[in-house]
Order: sequence, then C-alpha cells, then structure tokens
Amino acid sequence: MDTDQIIAARYLNMKTAEELACHLMEDCDAEFPQKVKAGDIMVARENFGCGSSREHAPIAIKGAGVPVVIAKSFARIFYRNAFNTGLPILVAPEAVDGISEGDELEVDLETGSIRNLTTGKDYQAEALPPFMRELVAAGGLLPYLKKSTSER
Amino acid sequence: MGMTITEKLLARAAGKEAVSAGELIMAKVDFCLGNDITAPVAIDEFEKAGFDSVFDPARIALIPDHFTPNKDIKSATLVKQMREFARRFHIEHFYEVGRVGVEHALLPELGLVGPGDVVVGADSHTCTYGALGAFATGVGSTDLAGAMATGRVWFRVPASVKFEFSGAPGPFLTGKDFILYLIGEIGVDGALYEAMEFTGPAIAGLSMDSRFSMANMAIEAGAKNGIFAADATTKAYVKGRFRRESLYAYSDTDAVYARVYAWDASRIPLMVAKPHLPGNAAAAADLNDIAVDQVVIGSCTNGRIEDLRQAAEVLRGRKVHKDVRCIVIPATQAVWRQAMTEGLFEVFLEAEAVVSAPTCGPCLGGHMGILAPGERAVSTTNRNFIGRMGHPTSEVYLAGPYVAAASAVAGHVATPQQVGLKAPGAQEAVAAGVPDKGERSAR
Repeated sequence: MDTDQIIAARYLNMKTAEELACHLMEDCDAEFPQKVKAGDIMVARENFGCGSSREHAPIAIKGAGVPVVIAKSFARIFYRNAFNTGLPILVAPEAVDGISEGDELEVDLETGSIRNLTTGKDYQAEALPPFMRELVAAGGLLPYLKKSTSER
Repeated sequence: MGMTITEKLLARAAGKEAVSAGELIMAKVDFCLGNDITAPVAIDEFEKAGFDSVFDPARIALIPDHFTPNKDIKSATLVKQMREFARRFHIEHFYEVGRVGVEHALLPELGLVGPGDVVVGADSHTCTYGALGAFATGVGSTDLAGAMATGRVWFRVPASVKFEFSGAPGPFLTGKDFILYLIGEIGVDGALYEAMEFTGPAIAGLSMDSRFSMANMAIEAGAKNGIFAADATTKAYVKGRFRRESLYAYSDTDAVYARVYAWDASRIPLMVAKPHLPGNAAAAADLNDIAVDQVVIGSCTNGRIEDLRQAAEVLRGRKVHKDVRCIVIPATQAVWRQAMTEGLFEVFLEAEAVVSAPTCGPCLGGHMGILAPGERAVSTTNRNFIGRMGHPTSEVYLAGPYVAAASAVAGHVATPQQVGLKAPGAQEAVAAGVPDKGERSAR
C-alpha cells in the first residue's frame, strides 16, 4: 500500500488534516472517506506506506479519526513519519492474519497487546526500542529535540 | 570489525568511533532540503513547536519544484509560505521559476551536496545523492522541521547490502536498466530499511548521470539509502562544483553485509517496469503489444543532459507516433540551456515532441501531462503506482530515455533497435519484429 493510494498527489496542494481526510484512500476505494468512522482501525499487510515521503499520509489517517494502524511491516519513511507526528502504529504480522474486515479490536498502545473481540484471539505487537518510547513520551520529535537542545 | 561507507558516514555524523547496524543514533546533518509539498508542512511544525532560529541558513535548501510553475492558487500559496520563511531566516538556497529545477538534479549541479555528506530531504528521492558517495535519505516534514531547527536527525543505522555488477552491458543500456532489473530481482521491499551499496566493474564504467538515476530509485526497493564509492568519475564531477570539502569514505574489506548479490550486466536487457510497481520488471523488447498514449522524458531520475542526449539520439530524423504525446522536461535551467545549445531542442521539435519548463509536474500526477481514464504512458520517472500520473485506471510503464523515446516513435513499448537505431559498432540495423509505421497492436 503506497502513499499515492493513501493520499493522491493531486490533493497535496492541501495540508490540513480536515481537508486531507476527505480524500483518504480514495484511489483505492472511492467510498472510503465516507465509510471510515472515528475509532476505526486500519489493518494492512507488508510495506504499508511505501513510496513518497509525504507526511500528508499519516496526517490524513489521523484526520479521519483512525487511532492506530496495524501492519505486517511499514515502509521506513512512513514508519518515522508516524512516530514523529504521533500516529500510533503497531507491527504485528500474526494479528494481521487473524483479523477480518469488520472485526472489533481492543488495542493497548502501552503494551502493544491486541485483542480481537470478534474471534476472542489475543496477539502481541513488536516492542518499541527505548529511544522510540522516549520520542513518544516527549510528545513527538520536535518537543523531544527542543528539550534536548535546551539541555545542552 | 570493519565498517561500510554508510556506517562510516553515520559514525562521523553521530560523533562516534564506530556504529553498527540496528543502532539508534542522533546525527548531525550537513545539508537538508524540502520542496513545495513537504516544506510548508515542515514550516507549520517548526512554528508550532516554537523554534525561532535555523541551525545554518546556508545548509538548507527550499526548492519549489513539484507544482512549479504554480499550477493553482493553493500551490502558489504553499510557495508563498516558503518564500516568506526563506526571507525571514535568510535562507540562501531558495530558488523559483527561472532559477529552480527538479531538486535532486539541481542540488548536485549547484554543488550544494557532495561526497561524504549526510543529507536529509523531505522527499523520498533524496537518496539520489548517494551517487556522489554521500549518505542521503528521504524523511518526512517533521524530520525536516527538526533538522532545520537543530541540524540533527535520528537514524536507525541500516544494515548494508552489496550489489555487484560485472560484465559488459549491451548497447543502449543505462543505469536505469540496471536499477529496474535489480528491483525486479529483489522486489519493492527487497532492501527495506537497508543501505544499498552499488559496486563492481560494470558500475565503474557508468556515467554520473546513470549513477544518479540508480541511487534515485534505491527507495523503490524500500532502502534507506543507495551509495556508490567515489571514484575518478565522481571526482571529475564535483571538481570546481562542490562548495564544501569532499570526504571520501570507502567500505572496509571486512565490513559486514546482510546480503551480497552479484549480477552479470551483459545479461541485462533494456528494461521496463510494468504497472503498478517499480518491481514489475520486464524486457522492453517483449512488450511490443503495449500501445502508448503518452511518453514523458524527464524527472529527478532521468531529466539530466545525458538523458536528453539519449532521447535525441533516438528521435533524430524520426517522428513521434501520431497517436502519442511526447513531453520532454529538462530537469534544471542549466540542463535546458545545454540542451538548447547542443541543438537537442531542434531534434525534439522536428520529431513533434514538446519541451517543458523544469518541473516534477506529471511524474506525480501534479500537472503538465495528466493521464485520462485508461490511458497509458511510458515514462522515465521512478514510480508507476496506481493513479500516479493521473486517473486511477491509467497506467505507467517505467523505462530509461532510450526505451521511452523509441516507444514514442513506435506508438508502443519498443527498444531503439526496434525503431531502426543502429547499436554503436553494429554492422546492420536491427528492425525486425516491429509493426509497420502507423500500425499499432490492439491494447
């Protein structure tokens, strides 16, 4: 799933979460922006967010009210953009195989535990490295850098 | 334990003796950049976080190239925001129409990035500068905001993968064919989070422009960066051009690689990547039944002077097929002028191709050549994702300039030989297997 499909380039003359959310995943499923509801979780396979570095992709996902993306793997720029902008993402290949569209999930972002309430199965996402946890705790990259720069 | 070039450059940037794959580091950047899509978001974040200075106004480039010349009011407003930010912080390297070019062609050309640099850009194709022996990687807008403010960025040190090319490449083969072949072999996540190191005797023979087009597409294999050790070709390119001091790093003989691939370049055909992934590799010669509506020759992958010379070599004395629109986009003002001086525009105009101002334009479906539903393009750009150049049902075939220009003439995917071009040193024209002029196969 590439970032051109998450948010097409023709909308990159916009930058607010509200505007971008209206076109989320449009080239993949034209009805998606109408269908997605706040609290819906996106579940994906390998290399989610590959291609362009556009931060508009995580911004649009957050704008649609999606609280977390679970995938088998993430493309590297999307991975860092998600952390830097405060979109929680979880790498959990087994969970992805055990989730079908419409299932209800309970996700603990602190521990990375994922419960599929529809099937009753539990999964565990990959643990975050300590540095990434620090970034998240600081509230994202810029507050982290601001704090560490002023401490020097 | 030895280190790879990538590890050496990152160790220096992190102020450490050594680093190894997997390690998380905070690194100093030598240069950072953003464009008209990513920089406005970075500027918003920079201001929101309350920063009031930049780390070094001479080491930041703001390049409005994607929608340039501004395609609508919204794009013009984004560039206005960049212009005001550049003025406020005295950012020297802000270029607009008349001076601007496609960022990854412009920065090396101006000598703003060079061997040994650690560069981050809020554009995924920032990896292009690896051709110069730099560590260069694409990041997001928030990373750029942090880099502009503090000159620092975090990295997870990538494992390195070595790609060795030996043998003598066949006629008309360029770096673009090497990289399309490579991605076809390993897949679009074949080097995810890793550093791609290009080496071997066949690489030594590649021009700088071919190396730029290879490093440019490292991201299409999921890689963090692509890198070439600097050699005489690199040194000749940066001489009198690079504005800072070059730092030449080379991988140690006992450096650790996650994997090593070795390929014989003499077996690589002229390549295309079929829709909708850069890894859908195929030989151009086998796709004569693919009719084409548009051909684009340009971009940060293939919009440099050598690319235009290659396209002109095919188009000289030939016409673009009556059902094809052929758009040539020199990547920078200097490339434009050089092409004009060499008479390449005369060739393009005679062939009935159009020449555009420097812009990313159609590559990302921005403007200057958007595809209608069901239309098909052969393009020298770097991505053929669904809807990349226009409507979601349109299609993009990626290729090098020789194949793109030959396809423009044939009206379907074709090689230069298939439109009657003699390979250098060949005794007779090889034109077999091509439908008669004007006739196109069914879609």
